[in-house]
Amino acid sequence: MALDKSYQDIPGTIVFDAEMSRKGYHLNQFCMSLRQDENRKRFLGNEQAYVDEWPLTALQRRGVLERDYNLCIEEGGNIYFLSKLFYTDEHSFERTVSKMVGMTPETYREMMLNGGRSIEGNRSKGEP
Amino acid sequence: MARITSAVFSSHIPAVGAAIDRGATDNDYWSPVFKGFEFSKQWQANNKPDVIILVYNDHASAFDLRVVPTFAIGCSEAFEIADEGWGPRPVPPVIGHSDLAWHIAQSVILDSFDLTICNDFKVDHGLTVPLSLMFGQPDAWPCKVIPFMVNVIQYPPPTGKRCFDLGTALRNAVEKFDEDLNVHIWGTGGMSHQLQYTRAGLINKEWDTNFLNTLVADPEELSKLTHTDYIREAGSEGIELVMWLVARAALGAQVNEIQRFYHVPASNTALGHLILEKADS
Repeated sequence: MALDKSYQDIPGTIVFDAEMSRKGYHLNQFCMSLRQDENRKRFLGNEQAYVDEWPLTALQRRGVLERDYNLCIEEGGNIYFLSKLFYTDEHSFERTVSKMVGMTPETYREMMLNGGRSIEGNRSKGEP
Repeated sequence: MARITSAVFSSHIPAVGAAIDRGATDNDYWSPVFKGFEFSKQWQANNKPDVIILVYNDHASAFDLRVVPTFAIGCSEAFEIADEGWGPRPVPPVIGHSDLAWHIAQSVILDSFDLTICNDFKVDHGLTVPLSLMFGQPDAWPCKVIPFMVNVIQYPPPTGKRCFDLGTALRNAVEKFDEDLNVHIWGTGGMSHQLQYTRAGLINKEWDTNFLNTLVADPEELSKLTHTDYIREAGSEGIELVMWLVARAALGAQVNEIQRFYHVPASNTALGHLILEKADS
């Protein structure tokens, strides 16, 4: 009998499960390397060369170089590991999340000040 | 005999730490958050523990994907502050309680909870932000702290039931320690929030409120929630709330609610906070 993966029914959500962790292992470990200041400087100095030192897929490379965080997450990135990348850009969680949901930082903050994204209509992919 | 006398529950949002470190606690955005902790800081000053067992999750600071311990206890004498990308937070190092930590590790492992024993790691915002909220900005933390880490990043985290049962085992372990110590246990993380992908920004106040009510009155009921329940209703990062069950069970069934605070938003998150004291039996 298969494992319960009922969380896959939740819309707009990619759970960092075994499948994603295996897919994203090198991407996430690349992000960990950016915790060291010398690596952050080397990365910002020549992003393509630094990224090429890691065994990433073409899509993962594109996700990193274009700071396409949704693509990074689809390719196995986890947000806490990816935070090392956006901290390198001196961007906050709030700013990065606004980008992931396609809002300006101002519009996103306004949504949060008004109570956040509603759960109504966001529980299940089966909802109308 | 050592005893767990109080439990403190709090979100551990990194932006809250940044607001404290940058002196931004008085601005329009942050002042409601810090006002919500004024009573708590006073209570904490009047109820100083000898040791805090601080249940939190590491955020790719102490551990990366090479090693993912489900439960890990910090047994060393001191813990430095991690550099999470902006440089380490300007807060004092955390002083551990090796005797009690090793005692707990032995007791709990023999009680069938297979802890990972850690002696050399740095602590991140998951641990330091709640300390800052409750103690402000002292030159040294006023008590010892045992870091207790729970994996909630790599799915699956331990179940709520397992966390609840672990809390009971922690209480038994502390009560077997001979030295007379006043121990507090803190549960951190949550409440509803989602930091990733297109549903990010999710907040579920009704669900959070019910969680707080049930945590106080009938916490074992919460141990029946499944991981999908947490992720669906409280967001992918809301699953951190399983850590609150460790602390709640460790305090015992009969409690008095001393303080409650709930505020939306703190950055991307619904901030929740409770102080519970063990009721005299």
